[in-house]
This record gives sequence, C-alpha cells and structure tokens, in this order.
Amino acid sequence: MNVGEECRKYSIPLSQCPQFLFFVMGILIIISVMFSFSLGKRYIDDPQITLLLILSLTGVLLAMAFIITRSFEQLAEANRLKTEFVSIVSHQLRSPLTNLKWGLDFLLSEGAARNQQETGYFHILNENIGRMHELVNDLLTVSRVEQGTFPFQEKEFELQEVIDQVLVEFQSASVASNVEIRVEGKRMLRLYNDPSLVHHVLGNLIDNAIRYAWNDTGVASQGKRERNRIVIRLKDEGPGVRVEVEDNGVGIPAEDQKYIFQKFFRSSNAVRRQTEGSGLGLFIVKSLLEKAGGQIGFKSEENKGSTFWFTLPYGANTHKGIIKKT
Amino acid sequence: MKKILFIEDEAAIHKTFSDALAKEDYEITSALDGAIGLRLAKEKKPDLILLDLVLPKMNGFEVLKALKADEATKTIPVIVLTNLEQMEDIQKAIDLGARTYLVKSNYDLAEVVDMVKKASAEA
Repeated sequence: MNVGEECRKYSIPLSQCPQFLFFVMGILIIISVMFSFSLGKRYIDDPQITLLLILSLTGVLLAMAFIITRSFEQLAEANRLKTEFVSIVSHQLRSPLTNLKWGLDFLLSEGAARNQQETGYFHILNENIGRMHELVNDLLTVSRVEQGTFPFQEKEFELQEVIDQVLVEFQSASVASNVEIRVEGKRMLRLYNDPSLVHHVLGNLIDNAIRYAWNDTGVASQGKRERNRIVIRLKDEGPGVRVEVEDNGVGIPAEDQKYIFQKFFRSSNAVRRQTEGSGLGLFIVKSLLEKAGGQIGFKSEENKGSTFWFTLPYGANTHKGIIKKT
Repeated sequence: MKKILFIEDEAAIHKTFSDALAKEDYEITSALDGAIGLRLAKEKKPDLILLDLVLPKMNGFEVLKALKADEATKTIPVIVLTNLEQMEDIQKAIDLGARTYLVKSNYDLAEVVDMVKKASAEA
C-alpha cells in the first residue's frame, strides 16, 4: 500500500490521513506490547498470564485503531466524493447554461423581432443566467482549489500592469456607483506568481468595495457624506508585497466579521441591501492566496468602511505539495 | 459561399448558430457526433470546422487527430468550441492542430460569430 499516494487522493494533510494514522497506531501498538511484556516479565511469574494479557491488549488496541481509522477513511472519502460531485455537476450545468445564454443572446440581437415587454423579460432572463453562470464558475473554482487541481501558472510580472487591467474593467461600475478609485504607494513591484490569481483577488476586493459603497438612499438617510472612494495601497514588505484595498463604504457588522471568509456566508448588510453574490468570493480568494503562499485579512467598522489586505511573496513559490503546476 | 462544418452534439447550439448566421453568406452543415462529422469533413471539404470535444461515438480529440492525419482535410482550419477548460485539454487540442480554442461559456454568441466570420474569411 502506497501511503503517500492514498493520502494525496483525499487532499488532506498527512496528520489526518487514515492510512498514515493506521501506520502510526501500528507502531504505537508494538511499543505498548513491548512495554507490557517487560512489565509482565518483571511483576508476573506465570508466563502464560503475561502472554494472555499482551494478546488481549493487542486485540483491543488493534480493534480501536481499526474503528478510528475506518471512520476517518469514510469521512475523507465522503469529502472527496462531495468535491468530485460538485465538479461534475458544475461541468454538466455549463452546457445547458451556454445553450440558454446563446439563445437569449440571439433573441436580444438586432436581427430578432420582439416587442418592448419581451425585451424586458429577455433582459431579466439574461441577467439571471449570468448570475447562475457566475455561481457555477465559483463552485468549479472551489472544487478545484479543494482537489488541488487549480491551474496555477506562475511567471514574472509587473504588479502595476495587473492593477491597471483591473481598473479598466471596473471603470464603468465605479462611475455608475459614483466611486473614485486611486492607487497609492510603490508602483514598480515585480512578482513571480500567477498574474491571473492577483487579477482575481484584486478584482474581487474592488468589486466588493463598489458593491458596498454608499448608494443614493444611504446618502439621503445619513445626511452629508464624503464621496465614495477606494484606495489601493501597495507596500513593499521585505519578502513580499502587501496590497490594501480601503473603502469608506457601509463596512461589515462586528458580529459578522468572524464568518466573512466562510463558504456561502453573506453578511446581514449584503442581504439587507439585496446585493447579489454567491457568498463564495472571499472564500475562493482566501483559498487561492493561501495555496499561492499569501495571506489575507481585513479590518472593518460598520458605517465607516473596510480595509482588506493581502500579501504575496516576491519569489518562486512551492505550492505546499498538492497543487499541480501545469 | 463559404462552407462551415459544425460538429456538436447539442441540437440547440446548432439552431442558434444557424439562426445567428442566417443573414450571412454561409453554407452550414451540422454533425451531431464525431464519426458523422469526420465523414462530412471528407465529403464536403468545408472552409472551416467548428468542433466540440465531448461528442458521442468519436470524441473531439479523435476527430481532430483523424482530420490532421488525412491529406484531404489536414489544411482545413479547426476552431475548438467546448466547455472543457482544463489546461491539459487546451494544450492537447493545440498540439493536435486546432487553430483556436474557445471555451463556450466564456463568450457571448456575437463574439463567437465574429471569430467564426474572421476565421472563415482568412480560410
């Protein structure tokens, strides 16, 4: 039995791997048997009683070891199947979603005849298909991160270039939400990592900052308020870079803050403001950053704003074993 | 008139594509599985082939390999249009001779139609 290979199959650390635990327990049993033998030899005169005691002890320990490791194995297998299931279902959902999307694209194109009411409904359908597509993509990313098959592609790149791309993408959304975005700090930072990962992380943090900016209703109810702003701050921190995304938006309620990186968690103000989202964004961002050798954190105050930060090492990174580099 | 062969097992996609290109000057032939697609490619000698990868009877990789191995079809440009997006699939298709690899769900219909028009104009 190849213990290492079996453990990799479950995508869990060695200390939680059933096969490895069984191996460790086997050694512990041998040690305890030897210890019992030496005790028996010293204190019990009849060798048959010593032998019987040792055999009974071995039997009990072996049974316990088997039950414990079997339970671990079942749990690990269930977890693996769940991740695999999510991956398969997400893939299978993509085809009908593409059919729906392209069908609607055609109905919304200039060539197709429709009245105003139909156009309105087609737009609603299109928007919801877009949301479902986003959710399916998020689920696929989660399952890939959990399976350790997310395709990291490392190379040397200029951080500023990625920031510029993200800013272009969010230009119209920031204008529509009346949010000013500016970049501060050291510009010429080069990293050896996956630029699409940085793009994804930064895009997610800016997207959140725009979604949770004060809207017109907020301004009216809160009186005079300074203009919505987002500051992206770049800092050189020895072995890596630290990027901060600071906003003066609605902030995160204190009671929600400890759950913010959990899967499917949506804060109470997200639900109250009817902000769209799967609740997977920050979970994905945290998982990806950790696999790439980085960290993420935040500080936030309700009604005042939030500052999310992440770090990434400058140099080549070993992906802690389970991520396959393609 | 340019000839396009679309090898794809989803009938809905065939209809959408045909409708989207209806006003253009194209002759579109549909194949719902890999084996029929390969036969039609040899018979019709299209200017461009759109190829899905997950197909009944013969998968897209097998079709692509056979197309590139046959003197009569090896020069026909092939655009892979699929929902598989793993790097190894993309690399395999490019290595087998696909000109372009498009992940369907990442594109709007209009974007794909534009790419097809450009590719067929160059063919």
